Amino acid sequence: MNNYFKEIFKGVWEKNPTFVLGIGMCATLAVSVSISNALWMGVATTFVLIGSNILVSAIRNITPSHIRIPIFIIIIAAFTTIVDLALKAYQPSVYKSLGIFIPLIVVNCIILGRAEEFAAKNTIFNSILDGLGMGLGFTLNLSVLSIIREITGANKLLGYQLIPGMKPALLMILAPGAFFTLGLLLWGMNVIKARTARFKQTE
Amino acid sequence: MDIKILFTILISTIFINNYVFSRILGLCPYLGVSKKLDSAIGMGLAVIFVMTMASFFTFIMYKYVLVPYHIEYLSIIAFIIVIAALVQFVEMVIEKVSTPLYQALGIFLPLITTNCAVLGVAVLNIDSGFASQDFGLLYSVVQGFGGGAGFTIALILMAGIRERLEIAMIPENLKGLPITFITAGLMAISFLGFSGMKIF
Repeated sequence: MNNYFKEIFKGVWEKNPTFVLGIGMCATLAVSVSISNALWMGVATTFVLIGSNILVSAIRNITPSHIRIPIFIIIIAAFTTIVDLALKAYQPSVYKSLGIFIPLIVVNCIILGRAEEFAAKNTIFNSILDGLGMGLGFTLNLSVLSIIREITGANKLLGYQLIPGMKPALLMILAPGAFFTLGLLLWGMNVIKARTARFKQTE
Repeated sequence: MDIKILFTILISTIFINNYVFSRILGLCPYLGVSKKLDSAIGMGLAVIFVMTMASFFTFIMYKYVLVPYHIEYLSIIAFIIVIAALVQFVEMVIEKVSTPLYQALGIFLPLITTNCAVLGVAVLNIDSGFASQDFGLLYSVVQGFGGGAGFTIALILMAGIRERLEIAMIPENLKGLPITFITAGLMAISFLGFSGMKIF
């Protein structure tokens, strides 16, 4: 049981896709405008991640290794198409606000990275846990970024106005705000890491 | 056909809707290859080339294969296969035709398949409604070229700044990615100045 939790939570902290591995930046920055966008994008990416992990893991013994990358990409593209069509049909407003970043899930390095690094070598069950954990980590990153940006850039949280009469800093909801927020968060992460390293040395 | 439209598409993709600073596309190569000016120029040229070619081929694929057979819903799979095949093909041709060019671009070409700016421009060409217009093919090729040029400008500017940052005094924890993101944010503000610009 302990092992399963470890498999899931490594995606959230130890191998966090955005903050530790530094991949999947485009989607993280572009979509984190509001929390609802962030959560939908997280759900969509997690679905594709789990689906592609299951399939890649299921065919891992019969995949010829020299053409494995094209096979993985086609599997990922198929799951992305499913998400694309499902969102278009059932959540048209979400589909509109996420725009081209739904098709671009295909080229999100997190998914191909997990297929290549984990799912191609492990059992189906472990791959599902890995996909779930990585998806959770990605969703969490998106949510943190979007909470900061939505509060400062739109003076709103979950679509409700926070402080009536105050003008928000519009810059934070535009592209520069995304770069600043992620830069400052990465700085914060580095500070925490340096602190803990120093504590361990003195002990 | 109006030459003004082409000019508008070109200027707006390079400056107003710059792929890196305004649309936030193609960040992985933007962060990975902007450490040295030489490699930034090589990567930029390769991206311009592939984005122009990809716009051309994905547009033809969409208009003359997917639409007549009513299988537009397969566009994501079709586009990614076209782009992957194109990149492989371009790599092979360049290797045969020109060795110096291959040595300059060769290592960057495989990376471009997963550059989201390339798939992004293919999807945007269709979203812009070019498929139903008379000169749609020309428009989408110009949009692809402009997108690549905008990406290259962003990449070269960033590489120049980062070469200077190497020797600057930065707080220890800000070094590396954090300062790069904050610099990118400042550059994005300056590109924000182009938004709302009326060309004609």
